[in-house]
Amino acid sequence: MKQAHANIFSLLNVSKRFGDKTVLKDFTLDILKDRTTVLLGPSGCGKSTILRLCLGLTAPTQGRVLFEGAPIAPGKGDAIRRKMGYVIQDGGLFPHMTARENVCIMARYLKWPREKMAARLDELREMTNFPQDGLSSYPAQLSGGQQQRVALMRALMLDPDVLLMDEPLGALDSIIRHRLQNDLKDIFSRLRKTVVMVTHDIGEAGFFGDKVVLMRGGAIEQAGRFADLVHKPANGFVREYIAAQRGVADVLENAG
Amino acid sequence: MKNKTLFPFLFLLCALLSFAPSRVAAAGGKPVIVGSKKFTESVVLGEIVKGVTQAAGVPAIHKRQFGGTRIIWRALKEGDIDAYVDYTGTLYHEDFAGQHITTMEGLRKKLSTYGVSMAPPLGFQNNYAIAMDPRRAKKLGIRTISDLRRHPELKLGFPSEFLNRKDGWPGMRAAYALPQTPVNIDQDLAYRGLVHGSVDAVVAYTTDAEIDYYHLALLKDDLHYFPIYKGVILYRTDLEKRAPAAVRNYKRLAGRIDTAAMAAMNRAVKIDRRSESAVAAGFLKKTFGMEVAARRKSWWTAFWRYTFAHLLLVLVSLSAAIAVSVPAGILAARHGRLGQVILGAAGVLQTMPSLALFVFMIPLFGIGRAPAIAALFLYSLLPIVRNTYAGLTGIPDGVLESAEALGLPERAKLWRIKLPMAAPTILAGIKTAAVINVGTATLAALIGAGGYGEPILAGIRLDDIGLIMTGAVPAAGMALLMQYGFELVETACVSKGLRLQRTG
Repeated sequence: MKQAHANIFSLLNVSKRFGDKTVLKDFTLDILKDRTTVLLGPSGCGKSTILRLCLGLTAPTQGRVLFEGAPIAPGKGDAIRRKMGYVIQDGGLFPHMTARENVCIMARYLKWPREKMAARLDELREMTNFPQDGLSSYPAQLSGGQQQRVALMRALMLDPDVLLMDEPLGALDSIIRHRLQNDLKDIFSRLRKTVVMVTHDIGEAGFFGDKVVLMRGGAIEQAGRFADLVHKPANGFVREYIAAQRGVADVLENAG
Repeated sequence: MKNKTLFPFLFLLCALLSFAPSRVAAAGGKPVIVGSKKFTESVVLGEIVKGVTQAAGVPAIHKRQFGGTRIIWRALKEGDIDAYVDYTGTLYHEDFAGQHITTMEGLRKKLSTYGVSMAPPLGFQNNYAIAMDPRRAKKLGIRTISDLRRHPELKLGFPSEFLNRKDGWPGMRAAYALPQTPVNIDQDLAYRGLVHGSVDAVVAYTTDAEIDYYHLALLKDDLHYFPIYKGVILYRTDLEKRAPAAVRNYKRLAGRIDTAAMAAMNRAVKIDRRSESAVAAGFLKKTFGMEVAARRKSWWTAFWRYTFAHLLLVLVSLSAAIAVSVPAGILAARHGRLGQVILGAAGVLQTMPSLALFVFMIPLFGIGRAPAIAALFLYSLLPIVRNTYAGLTGIPDGVLESAEALGLPERAKLWRIKLPMAAPTILAGIKTAAVINVGTATLAALIGAGGYGEPILAGIRLDDIGLIMTGAVPAAGMALLMQYGFELVETACVSKGLRLQRTG
């Protein structure tokens, strides 16, 4: 059991500056394996930067980022990244490729046999409730929700250990958002993978998060179970941030 | 990846095209190459020199219509051509200006330092003269050039060569203290301008066919400003060893063409519309009894020759430009500062007037196709580099980040994501370059590279709209075909997903 709850990512005293703008300040956080961690906070609080640090897309100015106990070495990024899946707000799909080509790009690059690729694609398509005939469509022909399903399939194709999602529902209108939210939750519980999700939406944080990390200005205000943030706010900011969005969250609940 | 099949095809085509002309040169030893400037008299004299060379049993080629005195002189100096007819006045006051050469003997000595010899003068003088409509001149009481001083309102139309030559307008204005500011008009259009009244006075040459034809009044050079221009054959001294019989024939021409005979030959071409080679052959038959076959090529033969030459220039220069500027654009997009340097350099090349760029290439590549291809190559770089850069830097960050997060290495990212996404922009750049290239290549005729510019130049020279169209219409057609061709390439190579995105 000890192994199951080991940290998959550890950020140790990490600072990140872009020019003279400090995004993260002496930031320390452990991300639990096989759990869903939600990074919550207003825009510009540094939550997306944490995902990019975990992927090795950017390097810390100070401090260390560990993946499975080892520092993410520059130059070895590609191998590590294949153990991670990354989904961003507008999908980041390759517009010149069909949905199928988008999902299979890495498998094709790694020269998977045809049958293996087809089987994996089929499995993912069912898991994400994506229609068979949509696979030949280009991103421009798909709705926002469908695009996110393709992005999710692409992220999951190599069966990564970790799924990193940056506002995956952020660009969707509320009905599609709600439907995809439920599907996602379903997928997460089936896969039992480590998920790190970035959002600014309290409702989403409560819906998905085993652990919620509320951030402001590059530092943690409170981290713990969602119920604790609601019922035992650590400070005035936490109370205010949650109160301000509760109304929206309630409406969302009712709409379902 | 349908585009992969296209490039070997283009390459093969270029290779085939570049081999074809060497066949001609290989037959029958090294021919004597005669040059001419881009006015009728020079072309006729070129045909005469070619005729007497052939009559001496030496194969000869006539490269017609070089763009200017400096270009053809440099071609002779560098050995790109072997002979042409120039004028003593031009040599004194233009080629060797400021060197105080005043005698034929001095000229011979100077020429010998370049390995060039001069045959005795042919006989005629082609001096500058100022021509006016006789009625207008009479009405204003103008008989001499000095009289122009009293009429500052008169519009003078001079070709740029005359405007810039030291023995042309600058000296004439100083000598006569003239108040007018002349307009720049092509010599071949000047007489029409005079007849239609858009200019009041033009510079004429004393052997011009039009003087007689339009009954123009020549103003008296009362201060004896204009120097004497005697026609002389210049030839590379090594011809005396290579083709002694030809050189003997050049000397036999001494004094055989007087001013009236030259004017009559000019008239035969310009007014009576006979071909230069027919007129030259007629002269040689009458004067020496030489039988020279007049060049008689069908319209189609000429058309295919122009098309072949033009296509060769365009395809070779464009392929080279694509091969260089796409990687340069990739480099520019990857390295910010270097990128600015690359784009800046390509931009500077583009701002250079195209004709100047052609001329700049001559010291490096001689005359003919090589400098023309080099200039067209340089001229085609910017649109492709700029569009490659724009296409690559215009890819949304989210897409690039997703590709990187997938663990796709840099190379694969370039080939599978970046280039396919930038392809429409890159192709648009190539299309622009191709269209500019086809148009600009018409200037290549000025440095002896042939192409559709050849009939255009001849048409302007002979005031023959039909001949101009023979070059201009196919050039426009070729530009359209290029555009259409690249649209087909675009349909074949660019993903449907990108087209949907653009319309959606």
